[in-house]
Amino acid sequence: MWTSFDTWIVVTAALCAVACALPGCFLVLRKMSMMGDAISHAVLPGLAVAFLITGTRASSAMFLGAAIVGILTAIFTQWVSKVGNVDRGAAMGIVFTTLFAVGLLLIVRAADNVDLDPGCVLYGAIELTPLDVVKVGGFDIPRAAAVLGTVLLINFGIIAALFKEMRLSAFDPALADTLGFSSRFLHYLLMTMVAVTTVASFEAVGSIIVIAMLIVPAATALLLTRRLIPMIAIAVGVAVIAAVLGHASALTVPKWFGFDTTTSSGMMAAMTGLLFGLAWLFSPSEGLVIRWLIQRRGSDGLHEGASN
Amino acid sequence: MRRVRTELWLRRWLVGIVVCLGCLAAGSPANAADFDRQQSLALTGVEWPAPEEVWEVVALKNYNTRLVVLSTALLGVAAGLVGSFLLLRKRSLMGDALSHATLPGIGIAFAIGASLGGTGKSLPLLLAGATVSGVIGVLVMLAIRNSTRLRDDVAMGLVLSVFFGIGVAILGMVQTMPQASAAGLESFIYGKTASMVKSDFFFIASVAAVSALIAVVFFKEFTLLCFDDDYAASQGWPAFGLDLLLLGLVTAVTVIGLQAVGLILVIAFLITPPTAARFWTERLPKMMGISAFIGALSGWLGASLSALLPRLPAGAVIVLVAASLFVISMFFAPARGVIGRWLRHRRLRKKVNRQHLLRAAYELLEARTRQNGNGKREMPIINVPFSRADLQSKRTWSPRELARIVRSEIAMGHLEDAGEGRLRLSEEGFGEAARITRNHRLWEVYLVKHADIAPSHVDRDADMVEHILEADLVRRLEEELRDRDAWIPSPHLIQ
Repeated sequence: MWTSFDTWIVVTAALCAVACALPGCFLVLRKMSMMGDAISHAVLPGLAVAFLITGTRASSAMFLGAAIVGILTAIFTQWVSKVGNVDRGAAMGIVFTTLFAVGLLLIVRAADNVDLDPGCVLYGAIELTPLDVVKVGGFDIPRAAAVLGTVLLINFGIIAALFKEMRLSAFDPALADTLGFSSRFLHYLLMTMVAVTTVASFEAVGSIIVIAMLIVPAATALLLTRRLIPMIAIAVGVAVIAAVLGHASALTVPKWFGFDTTTSSGMMAAMTGLLFGLAWLFSPSEGLVIRWLIQRRGSDGLHEGASN
Repeated sequence: MRRVRTELWLRRWLVGIVVCLGCLAAGSPANAADFDRQQSLALTGVEWPAPEEVWEVVALKNYNTRLVVLSTALLGVAAGLVGSFLLLRKRSLMGDALSHATLPGIGIAFAIGASLGGTGKSLPLLLAGATVSGVIGVLVMLAIRNSTRLRDDVAMGLVLSVFFGIGVAILGMVQTMPQASAAGLESFIYGKTASMVKSDFFFIASVAAVSALIAVVFFKEFTLLCFDDDYAASQGWPAFGLDLLLLGLVTAVTVIGLQAVGLILVIAFLITPPTAARFWTERLPKMMGISAFIGALSGWLGASLSALLPRLPAGAVIVLVAASLFVISMFFAPARGVIGRWLRHRRLRKKVNRQHLLRAAYELLEARTRQNGNGKREMPIINVPFSRADLQSKRTWSPRELARIVRSEIAMGHLEDAGEGRLRLSEEGFGEAARITRNHRLWEVYLVKHADIAPSHVDRDADMVEHILEADLVRRLEEELRDRDAWIPSPHLIQ
């Protein structure tokens, strides 16, 4: 049964999805899709250190620690690939696995008196978000929704303010540099956005949504259009639809197999995959179906031409 | 011709079989030991181990330690070999995508096992499920890459996140199954190295051995695929099939790695050793050997450390050991390491500076001689002192830079202090300067004559290459230009 609880879950997830989809478009265009994955794994030591220093799970310290390590991941990756002359994918892999291992060590070493489960970082607990509310302007709003709404506004503000520059540096960083926009600055700005969004999201909704929402809506949109503004709009739409469908299917699909319910975050990621699959098959410009039709018509024409 | 090819094949299979036997031989001591003690390693050990304990672990005396250390070392060898090809294909993160893509298979296999009765945690079934969904993930990845505009990184990220999401959703469902708790399934995400038992060991050892064997036997084909897959396809090699085989190997290594070090840290096993090995050599066979060695070393050291010290998860320690080896290689490897490259770069820059200075001095003297000889060109050049300001005007040196170069040239004995702040070329320096200038002119004349470069532009173009002209190249230039005169006029005006 759909309750106000479910509405809040979907709203929170949709806010998170849109907050991710915006920087995600630029990540995909800059060929850095794996960065979200790397950052979401690498923030573990940040969380652990913040916890060991403050001794509480107060979210502001954890947030700060994780965001710093997230940005460090981007810096280290850039540094290893430049200084060591290493392929960027490999550099990213080395940096994030090492940071993850450090985080795991710290957590296990401190595990006696600590209730810090690495699992909660991956899955999150989106089902529990409506329980933790804050008052905003007289309304009770889930804290996660308030946080993610703020992040969304910040991401939107940055992209709207620097849209021209970001577009240029996404498509032609060398030209952006010669025109006087530092594409390096924009790179790190984008990385900061991704890190902050990732960290803000996984506490509430789990990093699996973040990784999916960063890449899949943008990739889907890229199959449907070749212009940047429509691409962003489509990505945002796909993200919202996936969030709604994901929660609905988390409630219904398991019943078909005789189970009760399942985690909404996993289902939302799966739904982005479904929407991508639809675009892959039915995109009017380059879908598999339309290409198959064109090819068949073409070969029919050839046969007719041959028989005439 | 045919016999040669058969021989080649024979040799490659032999090498492969030797590798395979080596793996099994490494495994045999475990076979001889008693199988009863299978308690978890994580429970043994105190805060700082006594020396005899260290010896026990290092010498693989303890049965459990032996299992864990040997299987992680073997895994390191296999991952090091397979990962080398991935690195060269610029697909290092493929292991990342693949390991995440195994999760739905693990969940479904668990559900099937549980509904057939039993706990559902039979390892072969779970790993079979992992393999199937990993292979499906790889196929989806290749299909996206081949049929859309999206690039490799998008395809990887997409498969990774969507499959992992599906996996999380499936685990969320099956965890509520009444028959069995699925709590143990999470150990695939973080690894459970310490609780490895004998059957796990044989499974890991044999898969690692077979993967290593295939990587060695198909060495030539994979190399071709890595360096130029289009060429491989055009020459009739089954490029797509080879690609699939390579990804199959990655899947195999990932799946056994899931069991040993966990879903996330196995990625490091595939990426870090080959990347570290790349710093040591420019040759692929050597690189693969080093990579396998680094993989084995980090597996051995990491597992031993985690056996010695309490509450150190083996997977994390192994990754950190591999990362330290990577950092050491990155800085100190002579072939491509940062320090080696920096030293070579500095040496080259010094050489270029020296040659510029000597040529500038020689051209100064040349101009002086011509002034004194009323423009007659064939006069012998006289070595007279000149001032720093004269040198300064020949090139865009900063005064500090010039002072530094002059100082090092005086130390090398090419320049002498002629008093009153003036400098003079020493006898040796004069000869060197004449030789350098001659090489520069030879190259310029060659460019003007054979490369159609305008005389007014040739100075800068020659500047880029002349510093690496070797003796035999100079001889060939002389032959080409039929010019063995000691003195060559400059083809352009000298300011």
